[in-house]
Amino acid sequence: MTSATIRPASDYPPGGDAFRHRHLTGIAQLTPWEISYVLDAAEEWVEMNRSGAAKHDDRLAGLTIINAFFENSTRTLLSFEIAGKRLGADVVNMHAAQSSVKKGETLIDTAMTLNAMRADAIVIRHASSGAVQLIADKVDCPVLNAGDGRHEHPTQALLDALTIRRRKGKVEGLTVAICGDVLHSRVARSNILALTLLGNEVRVVAPPTLIPPAIERMHAIPFTDMDEGLKDADVVMMLRLQNERMDGAYLPSPREYHALYGLTPQRLDLAKPDAIVMHPGPMNRGVEIDSSVADHPTRSTITEQVEMGVAVRMACLDILTRRKRGVPGWN
Amino acid sequence: MELNPLLITNARLLGGESASLLVERGRIAALDPAETPEGTETVDAKGQWLAPGIIDLGVFATDKPAFHFGGITRAALMPDSGPLDNSGLVERAAKGGKPDLWVHPLAAATKGLAGKELAEIGLMKQAGARAVATGRARIADAGVMRRVLAYAAALGLTVIAHAEDEGLTAGAVATDGEMATRIGLASAPAIAEAMAIARDLMLAEETGAAIHFRQVTTARGLDLIRDAKAKGLPVTCGITPAHLFLSDTAIGDFRTFARLSPPLRSEGDRHACLAAVADGTIDILASGHDPRGPEDKRLPFAEAAPGMAGAETLLAMGLQLVRDGHVTPARLFDLLAAKPAKLLGLDAGRLEPGLEADLILIDEGTPWQVDAKKMAAYAGNTPFDGMPVQGRATMLWKGGQRIR
Repeated sequence: MTSATIRPASDYPPGGDAFRHRHLTGIAQLTPWEISYVLDAAEEWVEMNRSGAAKHDDRLAGLTIINAFFENSTRTLLSFEIAGKRLGADVVNMHAAQSSVKKGETLIDTAMTLNAMRADAIVIRHASSGAVQLIADKVDCPVLNAGDGRHEHPTQALLDALTIRRRKGKVEGLTVAICGDVLHSRVARSNILALTLLGNEVRVVAPPTLIPPAIERMHAIPFTDMDEGLKDADVVMMLRLQNERMDGAYLPSPREYHALYGLTPQRLDLAKPDAIVMHPGPMNRGVEIDSSVADHPTRSTITEQVEMGVAVRMACLDILTRRKRGVPGWN
Repeated sequence: MELNPLLITNARLLGGESASLLVERGRIAALDPAETPEGTETVDAKGQWLAPGIIDLGVFATDKPAFHFGGITRAALMPDSGPLDNSGLVERAAKGGKPDLWVHPLAAATKGLAGKELAEIGLMKQAGARAVATGRARIADAGVMRRVLAYAAALGLTVIAHAEDEGLTAGAVATDGEMATRIGLASAPAIAEAMAIARDLMLAEETGAAIHFRQVTTARGLDLIRDAKAKGLPVTCGITPAHLFLSDTAIGDFRTFARLSPPLRSEGDRHACLAAVADGTIDILASGHDPRGPEDKRLPFAEAAPGMAGAETLLAMGLQLVRDGHVTPARLFDLLAAKPAKLLGLDAGRLEPGLEADLILIDEGTPWQVDAKKMAAYAGNTPFDGMPVQGRATMLWKGGQRIR
């Protein structure tokens, strides 16, 4: 809860040089200072969002943001919608289930259609890795990746970094254990990239069937023993386990998973005494995380992550539309 | 139509000694002839290379403009389109390119390429099939593969196999490694190839059948082939330029033109492939020509179809192997023509009197740039898009008839 971590504007390159991207497709494209710049910008929105009745800023008034979600989502879609509306934009949601995607229209055709509707920003979620980049290459407006396959989910990593920074006073030099289905997780990939880039030790803790090949080449340290992986961690980041992974293909059963990899109060005791517990949601209580841990009043950051999500997405929408809005220095 | 005799002079045969070559009645008549018949037309090669037309083993489409651009005069057609599992289809495919391109159909090993029941391999042989192929995938059932090998061996046909274990590669679109993990693609371990080769080598040894692995792309797989050859088994293998010049870093931007089957491998495996070309373990260099339009390629990586349009770049990439010192020019044309001809039982692929005059003149040095938007193929899905290359076929004759 400290504003001491916010750098003065003079610490950053002037104008658009502080964030030199047209799109936000992944953490992989970002520099440490660009991440820091987004987090600092998000801090302002945290203040406004907490400030009582008038949670509104009209800087995006007149702009149209399309949330194109080709994969089901509740919380991320809601978070982006609220972020856009608090900035005064006209926000439209497109669900794949209601769209012509189901009628065989290709992704590119859908992208061209959205482009022709003169959107000022498009937020995309898609089940296929690389799908967001494919669309970004075809449209004229900024594209924000809200999760593509198992590739990246950059706003999740940014909101997680902001949550850690606010709780720990810094997001460097920490030990972070990312636990669960790392193989299929875009949240894990974006967090590994962001947290290693910012100078933290990142461990991945998972059953051997759910650890990606060559993960150490991403500078993450793999652990298949959860007790070892949690030892002296500052941050325990749990991942959601999809139910279909537990039918025998990757894991024998939910109860075996809970016995070996569930976050119980006893396991959490292995981490540092002030370690925080994170989860991107939605949770499988009693499988990957015990309710007593998830609801812990001081250590669980799960609702705070949701709050930071709105602020980070406001910051991203603001920054990426500055060129369009003709903000001085951004061209 | 009566063809005039043709004399090609000042040509470096297979990139070697300068000589002239006489063509009469569509066949190679003599090298350095003492005299030439009346009415002979002369082509001065001006020091360009003269080589047999390329025999491209294992293409997925009869794409004449691309083949002619690439110096390809004969192509062995994979059975997947159709599929070529009966004699009628084989006969039609065999006539498909004549007279200026000869297509040699490969018979489907099993009905519908489903990997279950033997196809009418004997009747397809009578209709013109030159070898048997399992198609894009291997035959999963070892019992079926054993019967295919035994049956083909009795007919004197080589079985052309795909080497990937379908259990390990299910759902995968890349090879295990840093790149697949970074960009979040489902991947399979490289040993999926060696495991498939190990099984089929044992079955081939058991049945006495000749087997050819169309693409071997990993160090472990090549080691198995090397050992089998040392034991004297009738085994051969091939590769395409993609696995010799590209590794899985090429998929980094989700470039679907680099989505191939088998997938691109690690840099270590790529070097093992180059070594295997140099030491003779790899017998055949082919294009794997599989033109795919935007409906198959302008998609998210995992949803795109595998395959590349390779016919136009095959020769240029082969010449790069010569320039890089991996093979001599003579060995390059072994890889591109003589060895494929031998596998298919064709009297072709060499510059010898009596053979059909399937010839190409090659300007081996002139640089050009591969451009996916300007390909002769009916789709430009080349993984070499943008790459500067050197050398191309400048003239092409099929059966003594000038095509280009």
